[in-house]
Order: sequence, then C-alpha cells, then structure tokens
Amino acid sequence: MHQEDSDQAKAYQQLVKSNQPKKPIVKNVLLAFLYGGMISLVGQGIQVAFIVGGMSKEDATSPTTVVLIGLGALLTGLGWYDQLTKHGGMGATLPITGFANAMVAPAMEFRREGLVMGVGVKLFTVAGPVLVYGLSAAFVVGVVRYLVTGVA
Amino acid sequence: MTFVWAFVVGGLLCVIAQLVLDLSSLSPAHVLVLFVVIGAILGGVGLYRPLVAFAGAGATVPLPGFGYTLVEGIATAVKTKGLLGLFTGGLTAAAGGIKASVIFGLTVALIFKPKA
Amino acid sequence: MSITQIGQGSYEIQDVSVAATAAIGGPKEGQGPLGSYFDEIWPSETHKGESFEEAERALTEDTMELVVKKANISWEDIDLVMGGDLLDQLVSTNFSARRHQRPLLGLFSACAVFTQGLGLAATMLSDKGPRSVLVTAVSHHMAAERQFRFPIELGYQRTPTAAWTATAAGAVVLVAGARHPVGIEAVTFGRVVDFGSKNPNDMGSAMAPAALDTIQRHCAATATTLQDYDAVYTGDLGVIGIKLLTLLGGERGLNIDERVRDCGQSLYHLVEQDVHNGGSGPGCSASVFSGYLYRRLQVGQWHRLLFVATGALFSPTTYQQGESIPCIAHAVSLTHREPGGTTL
Repeated sequence: MHQEDSDQAKAYQQLVKSNQPKKPIVKNVLLAFLYGGMISLVGQGIQVAFIVGGMSKEDATSPTTVVLIGLGALLTGLGWYDQLTKHGGMGATLPITGFANAMVAPAMEFRREGLVMGVGVKLFTVAGPVLVYGLSAAFVVGVVRYLVTGVA
Repeated sequence: MTFVWAFVVGGLLCVIAQLVLDLSSLSPAHVLVLFVVIGAILGGVGLYRPLVAFAGAGATVPLPGFGYTLVEGIATAVKTKGLLGLFTGGLTAAAGGIKASVIFGLTVALIFKPKA
Repeated sequence: MSITQIGQGSYEIQDVSVAATAAIGGPKEGQGPLGSYFDEIWPSETHKGESFEEAERALTEDTMELVVKKANISWEDIDLVMGGDLLDQLVSTNFSARRHQRPLLGLFSACAVFTQGLGLAATMLSDKGPRSVLVTAVSHHMAAERQFRFPIELGYQRTPTAAWTATAAGAVVLVAGARHPVGIEAVTFGRVVDFGSKNPNDMGSAMAPAALDTIQRHCAATATTLQDYDAVYTGDLGVIGIKLLTLLGGERGLNIDERVRDCGQSLYHLVEQDVHNGGSGPGCSASVFSGYLYRRLQVGQWHRLLFVATGALFSPTTYQQGESIPCIAHAVSLTHREPGGTTL
C-alpha cells in the first residue's frame, strides 16, 4: 500500500481536519450580500437610466451589461477589483463585473508572453469555461424544451 | 421598489454562491461555471423570467442572468428561424456582453500593468 | 577535515564554516518583524526587471553579489554555486548563472532547497572537495502566484490556511575549515513523506509529517533531543503546520516545545500583514536564516541551531490531476564556536 493511502495517512488527515481553522463564513456571507447587492443596485441604476433615455425594459438589459463589463474591466486595470473581491468574495465575483475581472486579470498579466499566446489566450482562462458550459447548457435546455413543447 | 429588490435578490444570489464556495472545495471558476449552468436551467423551466421581472438587475447582473439570457435568446430565435435558432440564438442575445468583454478586456490588458 | 555517515542520509560534518550571509527582501518582508535583519529591502515588488520572473532573477543576482562582497572574496574564489527557486525549469537559478559564470548545481526541493543546498555543500566541503561554495535560494511573490495560483489582479479570497510566498532571497558562502564562528555540525537529507494531503492552499498540514520525519531521524543519528538545541526552526509550516507538528510529535512521544519555531511564521506580522498561515517559498527560509538566524548564532546568543526547511513537491499539473502532495524536509544543525576554539 502506498504511504498516502495508509492508515497512518488516514489518521493524519483526521487530525488535519479537526484542526482546520474555521473560515469566517458568517462575515463572508454578509459581505457577499452587501457587495453583490451594491453591484446589482448600480446595474439597476444604469438600466433605469437607459429606460429613461427611451429604451424598453428588455432592450435596456444588454447595454447595461456592456457598461458594467466596461466598469469591471477598468477597475481591474486600476488594480481595485481584487480589493473588492478580497472583501466581498462572491459578492464581487458573481456579478458580470467579476466576469470582466476574470477576463482582464490573466490577460494583463501575460502581456509579456505576447499578444497572441499571452493576452489572446489568457483572456479566456476563466471566461472560456464559463462560455463553453453556459452555451452548452443553454443548447441542451433549448433542445429539451423544443422536444417537450415544440418551441424552444 | 425594484431598486430594493435588485439589491436583495442580487445580494442573495451572491450569498448562495459564497456558501457553495466556502462549504465545498470548488474554486471560484468552478462556482462561476456552475451558476451559469444553473441560470440556464432555471431559465429553461421558466423560473428565472419572473425573477427578472421582479428584481430587474438583481437577477440579470449576477452570472445566472447570463445563462438565462442564452436560453431566452434561443427561445426567441427558434420562433423565427426554427432549429437553426438553437445554434444562433444564445450568442445573438449575449453578443453585447461577450463583445464588450473582449474589447474592453483587450484594451485594459494592453494599457494597464498588474500591481502588487 | 572529515565527514562521517551517522545514519542513512545523516552526516557528521567537521570544519565547515559560514564565511558570510546576505539577505534581500521585498517591501512586505521589510515591514515584517525581521525587516531590520535584511541587508537590503526593495522599495517595490518590481524594483528591478521588466517581468516578475526578471525581478526574481535580479533578486538572487543581487543577493549573490552581496554575499561575495561581504565574504571579502571575489567571484573567482567561489568553486561552486548551488541554489534553487520555484519557477519552472529553475529559471532564476539557471539564468542568473549566465552572469556569475561559476560551476553550477541547480537544485530543486521546492521551499526546502536552501537546507538541501547547505547540506550538500557541507558534505562536499568536508571531504576535500570544493573549498568554497555559495548556496542560495530565491522566491518572488508575484512570479509564484502567477505560476501556482491565480493572476495577481484576479480577485479571490485566500483561505485561512493559505501561505504567502515571500519575495526574498538568501545566500551563504560556506568554506572548508573552521575559520569562522558559525559552523555546520551535521546534516540529514529528507525522505519524501506523503500523508495524503491534497489541498495546495494548506501546505503547512501537508509538510508537517515530513518535517517530523527528518527531525526524528536527525535527532536519532546525532544522539540529540530537541532540548539540546537553543532553537529549532522549521521552514514554512506556518501556524497550522507547527500546530500539527506539535500534535503529531506528541503522538510519537516527541516534546515539541516553544523552542520550535517556524521561518514562515516569523517573517511577517501574520494578522496585520494579512498573510494568514505565514510565509513560504524558497526565499523565506533562506532569507530568515541569512538574516536573523545566522545573526543569533554569530553573536553567540545561540550556540546550537537545528534548521529544517520543508518543501511541498507538487506542480499545478499534479494538483489538477488530483494527486496528493509529496513533501520533503532537509535538516542542518549549526553551532557557534568560540574564536579559535572547538565546537561547544
């Protein structure tokens, strides 16, 4: 038997588990609520501005996303977005601004590796999987709905 | 009133994601993928649309809203284009966000340098 | 001048001493409790070099230049350079050798590389091999983050068990002969220990069993107990690793008392500087030794030190493939001798 699967190893993993420092979950959750709420509120503000400007509610969603992504990218460039996430956790990661952060952060860091294999590739480090599985899930959902209802 | 619900619903979606992150061994990237997929499924079974009507940006700004947008786009496109809509609808609806991510992302990555 | 095998992988060393040490750190390390022991503190993480990798290389080059200067010798007097870093293909150590043009042994055992180098150099020096060896180790926070974890600006929350890779380098010139006050008395090379830990954000827990294994083997070979040392410093176990070392040691009847401390735990103000479990990286133990620990021995405040750097030998690939983390620890014990006298 390999050492890493031995009884000694299993006993040690128990010891590690019982001595794990607690994650500050309550604090993390409260901050996630606050940050996620704030970013959504900003989004709502932008959306209302577009509606006031004459757009329908549905039409206003897309430009709102565009503006938020621009903000997320800019804050990442300025080096501020990682501070938002450090405190807000998923409250800053889950909104679409966090998606922008996940695209820009690796790309700007791999500038030195060149525009193609560096920036071009790294833009999709996190965004790639999100797009792949988002598009695939939507496709499957669409097919199932088509088969069940006759329209997608 | 939508402002209040935008805050509350947007915040709550992030709370669920935070709990998944803290209580599982998933990385933030895994959680993002998971939530886009969840958004697509909830969109498919018709649960996400009422949430968007109720909470506005609170439902569209967090990443499940992206999954929902993809599914809605497919529904619209299938109505006009038939089965081809399954392939064109999602990206058409999300085109603004995706294009913005690439353009803004590229621009910022070329202008700024990472800081300590 | 002689060397005796006193156990498997354990050697008693005579007449090898430390001619000089040098340590350079980044700004965060400068603000830590050991900041004043560094020879130089960089004003920013990217003080030199166009990329993080170039910065790390500049850090090790500067530290090596400095230790040669402090030893009052020239590069021509260095017979051999040994060193290591964390970056793929050991680029910092290997590329910096373009400049110094000395025979090079690039070493890898992750954060344990500094004691690996000290041990290897000591065994060679005590056996009519080279006459002077420069041992060095370096790490750079941003270069390591980029390779092992996340891009710098990608927001994420660190877990309480996460370590902070130090931006620091340490270098030592070891020479044959007991000409200098601090000498190496024994070394023990580590075995790979893997107790099944898989979390790369909790390396302290993964490495503690390796540290304990090497400590026990070193003590057995040298017929010492921990209480025979004025201080025992592990590499980068951090708060959690030291706690587990104490618990696991207790189970095996080993009394890990307050004289057992950790380089990663000592390098930073853990809470104020927000580094969670403590420092890590080859440069962490290398700079803590070259600055603080060596000074304590040099002035005779300590007479005997056991120094056990620990390394987690995983790569991003093995982690993504779900493998557990093999770990290693190498031990070196050092003594302060009175001028012209023998080992106490």
